[in-house]
Formats: sequence, C-alpha cells, structure tokens
Amino acid sequence: MQMYPLGDSAIIVQFDNKITLDAHYKVRVLVDRLQGNSFKGMLEFVPALTTVTVYYNPLQLSYKEAYSALERIVSSLEATPMGAARTVEIPVCYGGEFGPDLEFVADHNGLTVDEVVQIHSGSEYLVYMIGFAPGFPYLGGMSENIQAPRRSSPRITIPAGTVGIAGMQTGIYPIETPGGWQLIGRTPEALFRPNESSPSLLQIGDIVRFRPILGKEYGVWKGRVK
Amino acid sequence: MSIKVIRPGMLSTVQDLGRYGMQKYGVIVSGAMDSFALRVANILVGNTEGEAALEITMIGSKLEFRENLLIAICGGNLSPTIDGHIIPQWRPVLVKKGCILSFGAVKSGCRVYLAISGGFDIPKIMDSQSTYLRAGIGGFHGRSLKEGDVLLVKAPSDLAVRRISCLFDRAGTNEVAASEWSVSQKIFPAYTLNPIIRAVRGGQFNWFTIESRKQFFEEEFLVTPQSDRMGYRLCGQQLQLSEPRELISEAVTAGTVQVPSGGNPIVLLADRQTIGGYPKIAQVATVDLPILAQVKPGDKVRFQEIQLEEAQELLQSRETVFQLLKQGVKLKESSFLGGFHCIELT
Repeated sequence: MQMYPLGDSAIIVQFDNKITLDAHYKVRVLVDRLQGNSFKGMLEFVPALTTVTVYYNPLQLSYKEAYSALERIVSSLEATPMGAARTVEIPVCYGGEFGPDLEFVADHNGLTVDEVVQIHSGSEYLVYMIGFAPGFPYLGGMSENIQAPRRSSPRITIPAGTVGIAGMQTGIYPIETPGGWQLIGRTPEALFRPNESSPSLLQIGDIVRFRPILGKEYGVWKGRVK
Repeated sequence: MSIKVIRPGMLSTVQDLGRYGMQKYGVIVSGAMDSFALRVANILVGNTEGEAALEITMIGSKLEFRENLLIAICGGNLSPTIDGHIIPQWRPVLVKKGCILSFGAVKSGCRVYLAISGGFDIPKIMDSQSTYLRAGIGGFHGRSLKEGDVLLVKAPSDLAVRRISCLFDRAGTNEVAASEWSVSQKIFPAYTLNPIIRAVRGGQFNWFTIESRKQFFEEEFLVTPQSDRMGYRLCGQQLQLSEPRELISEAVTAGTVQVPSGGNPIVLLADRQTIGGYPKIAQVATVDLPILAQVKPGDKVRFQEIQLEEAQELLQSRETVFQLLKQGVKLKESSFLGGFHCIELT
C-alpha cells in the first residue's frame, strides 16, 4: 500500500500495482469505512480498480494533516475479504437493431448467435469500478470465448443502455456517447438516474447478471421506466 | 423576472461551483471554469458566492433584460455593450428593463461570467445547477443556451434591492448605471496573455525521461483548437516515458496534466472525466486554474514547478483576499458618504 498526492487537494491510496481481487476488496473496505466515518475536511472519495482517491479541503487541512488523518483510517482497516454487495439482474434484448454487432462477435469466435447470448448471459460479472461516464460499470468476469476487437472506426453515437464488448471486457453505456465497442444488445433499465439519491444503478462490488429478453418485453419495460 | 436569449453565442451555459460528492458514481464535477470570476461576480450582486451564473465563451452572445436587474460581469473582457455603451466589468451594474446586452470582440481572456442578483430560477440536480452537457442534466434543461430561451431569475436579496434602488436613482433617464468603484486589479489572479502556470509534480512524474521532465517545466506549449471545457490539448515538446508502462485507471481532477502515448499533454478542466488511465506528469496548482481557464486556443502556456506546500499556501492567501473583498464590498454599502457612488453611462 502507498499513498501519494493528487495535486493540492486530493490523496490517492494505492493498494496494489496490478488489478487483483485482493486489491478490489481492500478498496471496498476503505470505501465502507470512509462512508460511515470520514475525517473533518474530507470532501469525497473515488474508488477505482486498485486505488481510492480522497478529496479534502486544502483551506481546512494541509497535505500533511490530511495524510495523517487518512493514514490512521487506512492502517486500522481489517482486511476481511468482502462478499458481493448484492446481485443485480440486467435485462438485455440481444441482437437486431439493439445489437448490430452480435453476428460479428459470433463469427469472430466461431459460435452461433445463440451461443454468444448464452455465454454472455450465463456468466456472473463483478463491478470493479464505476466511472468514465456516470453509472458506467467496469465489469470483470467475461468469458474469453466471446471476446472481440474494438471496431476499426468508432460509431458517432451509441444509445444509452447499449451493451457492448471490447477485447475481454463487457460493459453498458449509461448515456449516449461515441464509442468503438462491438454492440450486442440493449437494456431498457436506466443505469444513470440523475434524480435519485444514488444516481448509479450499479455500485462497486455488485454482481451483475444479464437476462435475455425479447423485443416486446423491452418495449413494455421501456414504457414503464420512461 | 427573466432575461431572454436573442443570440446564444459560441457556448453559453449555466454554471455554479460544481457538482461534488457524486464522482464515485462517475458523475463529473462540471462548474465554472474560472471559479474566481464567478465568486466575485456573485459577491458584487449580493448573491451567495456559489450561486449559478452564465458562463459565456468567446463571442457573440446577446441577451434582452425583461426587468431592471443588477448584474456583474467578471472574467475575460469580451467587449460587453448596451446600445453601443461599454459596460464596465468587476463592479455592480444596474441594467434597465428592455436593454440588450451584447458581447463583441475578445479583448482579453476567453470566458466571462454574468451574475444576476437573485440567481437563476432553475432546479438543482444532485445539489448543483451546473450544466453537464454530455448527460443532458443541470443548468438550463441540461444544454447550452439557444435563441429564444427565457431564463427566469429569482427575487434579489435585500442587499441587492438596496443596491438596485440606489443605482436606479442615479441612473435617471439612462438605461444603465454602474457603481464608481470596482474590484481592485491587485486582487485578481494574474490574468495575462501566454501565462506561466504553477504546477506540482504528478503521480507518475518519474516515469518520464529526464529530458521530458525538464522540457515540461521549461518549454512553451501551444493550446490547440481541440481544447474545450473538458480539457486543454497542448502541443509542443513530445513528452516520453523512459520505458513503456501502463497505468491502471485512477482518479483525475481539475488541473491534472496527463500524457497519452502521442506525447502531447492534456490538462483536464471543469468537465473532466472522473478517472483516467494516462500517466500524470503534473498537476496545476488550484490557485492558478482561473488563469488557465482564461487561456484560449492559439495562446501559449508555460509551467513553473512549485512544491505542494506552496500551492496550498497560495490558495490560503487567495482565500484571505476573498474575505477582504467581501468586507470591502460591505463597507462600500454602509459608508456614511451615502454608500453607493454611481456613475451614469452616457
């Protein structure tokens, strides 16, 4: 573990220099602790894959003071491996207009379209981090049997809710954005909910399962969600 | 009470001091690029410092006032006029109903803050009125202003009501009246063309070649046209890592200078993403972010290395100046000489 400054108003706590489950658990233990029991002058924190960054008010605390306050918290942490925060099921309508690259992913891996859907929706994924876009989950656990390269030229707009694959990663775009991932489906579920107290449907430590749904069900769901 | 957008200009958005506490959900901070100018503008019109104002970028905005409103214009100088009369900046100005405020040529800086007494009557999203363009939330319907938009303004504070009535008496038949005092230039950040920006070393400073480390703090960098509220893309010496290395994505913040593999640094600003994966060679001192915010594409910047402790001390001193400014404005108000001295603009 090491701690170093991010400029004059934040400190990064780094648990490892490679992505491991152990580092992920430590990140979550620290986040739990900071949520309930932060120090005076702390503003917010941002968990990532192997780090937690803590923002503080430099008008209230010097770097040294913030460092000691944070160090006291970090050194008293108990490294208990944490279970899943919760399991969240994400309904996905695979293929068709919602997943224009599903066939490409199948061809690329010598599989049928149904097999890709089966593998993608048959796995459990761990949310390692939320970031890049509001509510965007970094998911670990995708089968290498359905991996696919990024598109050679990115799409200009990808609709919110689109599920994609890039390399060994899979993820869901919470807001409309440009992007180069292979698009395999779309969820009617809103991942980013700006009017709720927790604006991200998913949080670090959640287990995600994808459940295939039909276009009809997508429409009904979407109508209900808005 | 309202103002109407006759012409939005290049980019005009509603911004306050930013949306904090939500970065753990991937929600960016946004907020005014030049928080110093925003805070001063609010103080001058009797608002709380963090009230939302209009951030007007570069050129072309035109706004119609539908009531008598107290305003302050701070930040860069984009030649604000009413009916051809130049409107002075960094002081409270009463603008009468029916007047049209236009911004013209860029004389200095890049963006200006228009604070209106009372502030805008728009809802807070996640505790902030800042516009988050990409997600389409906050500000005026989550977007930049368009022709024909009408922005509702809340009732002015008691303090502002007194300033308005005093300036109204002074204005007589004129359309506009401004206080004869203004914020002293001595307290401004050192807004200059092609500024020297103070910065501390970044988390991966030592990943770069010795030559690149030296070049970063010695050479000049051009701000390219691909720069925006998210970040400034710089062009100059290509900065190189001493060996190829990958960084695991971690938090980035305002002023983070990251270097993608091409070697051209990017300084992240108000609309930065919450996390990034490029090595960070430096971090702009928070106290100098307002100066950087006024740099426009085509301008040049240099970076000067300072220590972390110094960066924090500079920030403390800036805050002390702020407290003095607030007291000074209060004194002007209660001065036995009649308080608000006004000049008419004819």
